[in-house]
Amino acid sequence: MRTVSYLSIGILFGITMFKSEAASWFRIYEMFKFDSFHMYGIIGSALIIGIVMVQFIKRKNIKSFNGEPINFTPKEKSFSRYMYGGIIFGLGWALAGACPGPMFTLVGAGYVPILVVILGSMLGTFLYGLLRDKLPH
Amino acid sequence: MQWIFEPWPWYVAGPMIALIMFLLLMVDKNFGMSSNLRTMCTISGAGDKADFFKFDWKEKRWNLIVAFGAAIGGFIGAYLLSGDTAVAIQPETISDLQTLGFDSAGKAYLPTELYDLNALTDFKSMVILAIGGILVGFGARYAGGCTSGHAISGLSNLQLPSLIAVIGFFIGGLAMIHFIFPLIF
Repeated sequence: MRTVSYLSIGILFGITMFKSEAASWFRIYEMFKFDSFHMYGIIGSALIIGIVMVQFIKRKNIKSFNGEPINFTPKEKSFSRYMYGGIIFGLGWALAGACPGPMFTLVGAGYVPILVVILGSMLGTFLYGLLRDKLPH
Repeated sequence: MQWIFEPWPWYVAGPMIALIMFLLLMVDKNFGMSSNLRTMCTISGAGDKADFFKFDWKEKRWNLIVAFGAAIGGFIGAYLLSGDTAVAIQPETISDLQTLGFDSAGKAYLPTELYDLNALTDFKSMVILAIGGILVGFGARYAGGCTSGHAISGLSNLQLPSLIAVIGFFIGGLAMIHFIFPLIF
């Protein structure tokens, strides 16, 4: 049952990524060129609804479907890891034109070369794991 | 129902993403796709080389199922719910891209120069995709999240670290497209 719910949520997410063209390299390029409102509209509207939703869940103590309290883990305080990591991520996002969610979507959509991006991103994650103690956090 | 076969406008996609985050919260999970990359490293045996990968990956199995679902959703979106998948980007974006040598701009979903099957035998295309992937993977883990984890989940919870990360995403993305693209394309 749980597997079915995770899978269904994932399918909904994949369809949304593909159909909204958020998984298109061209849309990412257009966004960083500030040529279109499309991507800003997607992220912005998701965010505004998300903020209202999180506040609502917190104030009304909404319980999950399993009756558990919904916990929000605050992110660790730091500047350098978020700024440096963010810049590195942004460079890759614009170059490959895909962030991790859309990468999986594009496999299903049949774009074989995206596998090179996924293998690269696993390698990048692995390199981070190796170098973690030497990086400013 | 014809609209479903057309590209979805932002005001459909944005609320859908918020719904996906909500559904994950309601099943006691958090929306964040890049942690799957760490899990995939662990499954591949990376725990032998770095402690960062020593964890019980089965606890993260749920997220791999979400990612697998995202792939199925990509298949459904591309083959069952679409007619023409060419992305109608702005005319000025198309002409900018043509100047850089992307002749498929405005005619395809992804640039054929990088993502067509033939690109697999093109050395430069493969290096670009591999480097792009490495930067995404390294950066996402260093920053502790990607677009879903920071720009959607983190900012929805008004987390300052996520705002710093998203500003970083944009500094990196803008630098790549405005300064590095003219050098490599």
